[in-house]
Amino acid sequence: MVQKLPFLKESPSQTAGPYVHIGTNPNWVEITGVWKEDLGLVLVGPETKGERIVIKGRVFDGAGDPLKDALLEIWQADAEGLYNSPQEKRGKADPNFVGWGRQPADGTTGEYRFETIKPGRVPYKDGRLMAPHITVWIVARGINTGLHTRLYFSDEEAANAECPVLARIAHKARVPTLIATRAEENGLPTYTFDIHIQGEKETVFFDI
Amino acid sequence: MSDQGSFYQRDRSWHPPAFTPSYKTSVLRSPQQPLLSLENTISELTGPVFGHDKLGPLDNDLLRNFAKTGDPIGQRIVVYGRVLDENARPVPGALLEFWQANAGGRYRHKKETYLAAIDPNFGGCGRAITDEEGRYWFRTIKPGAYPWPNGVNDWRPAHIHFSVFGHAFAQRLITQMYFEGDPMIWQDPIVATIPDKSAIEQLVAALDRQNTLPMDALAYKFDIVLRGRRSTMFENRMEGN
Repeated sequence: MVQKLPFLKESPSQTAGPYVHIGTNPNWVEITGVWKEDLGLVLVGPETKGERIVIKGRVFDGAGDPLKDALLEIWQADAEGLYNSPQEKRGKADPNFVGWGRQPADGTTGEYRFETIKPGRVPYKDGRLMAPHITVWIVARGINTGLHTRLYFSDEEAANAECPVLARIAHKARVPTLIATRAEENGLPTYTFDIHIQGEKETVFFDI
Repeated sequence: MSDQGSFYQRDRSWHPPAFTPSYKTSVLRSPQQPLLSLENTISELTGPVFGHDKLGPLDNDLLRNFAKTGDPIGQRIVVYGRVLDENARPVPGALLEFWQANAGGRYRHKKETYLAAIDPNFGGCGRAITDEEGRYWFRTIKPGAYPWPNGVNDWRPAHIHFSVFGHAFAQRLITQMYFEGDPMIWQDPIVATIPDKSAIEQLVAALDRQNTLPMDALAYKFDIVLRGRRSTMFENRMEGN
């Protein structure tokens, strides 16, 4: 016999199910009075530094139908490329920007929408800069383990071209699945980021 | 030596695979391409922090946080445990959100159609943040089992959903807690998405007679393990560099 290693196993994931909103967005499903405001709805305040943007889109299943029960979370750096986290050792992030958001997809159309700021660039492990990006996490009924992906920006062509993470994608035709398309809507830069869980346009998901 | 390195790779054979045909909804909601393995960058090693000031005094009391005219109907229970990482160290400051059906197996959700009665005194949601030793607790009623449209006669065992934030976005986890001794655990297509029996058992809370509230509530212990980070032996580089 050999000595035992002291590690525990991670708790296995289970689907968030169709009623995830009861726990994450109770006010949105009319469970009011338990707490005042659902977490993660508002990312940006008047003091937040950076370019105001909207990101929106839908999550599609393998039959091309939008998920109406999906829940999305985003995590991103501030305008200077610093994370508001104790694990961030490179400097102090904008105190007026947490950088985390959470939105349910619309129950009728499946559209999600975040109002945030454009993040700055942050370094890859070897110090090279990654292109500006937002980490996206998707859960829903039928998704057994939450899906991690990244949103990149269509107007950052030069940065995208040298991003060490995008460079890791062997099938170059799949790179555009991570790039949100910029347009102006109501005077705000609005990036559309549709996520395809399965099929010809399947989004690149990460094992991080 | 401190836990400053990358997270241990997720053991995908311990988690349910994405494509699990016995849970039919997963069929069209499962990626078919391989996941792209990504060494952790600062984007995954960081994560949001939720202060204790975010919580109200009844957030971890599902008996009282929605009650209108009295306590909800059902078996009163306390659920408690610790959030640990794979290095068996406590994770303090972890936000846990939990949600569940009422004692009759009915969720309070606008899309829920099961015929069991709504309980006017039960909302079914709560949250807690772990203390310095990674501990959390809440009180609630034991949820009921309920039928769901998968097969024509599939039932979910009694369970409580948990959403957990550790210290890094790479640790983000949603899972479910089951109850010791429930025979319905072993006939549930969603439980069965987990391939390994000992992994399933990791989600079964133990009935703890030592921590019951006498003449009041039963207790169940449910520990949650999040991913752990490598130690930085023979390594002294700045994070993100």
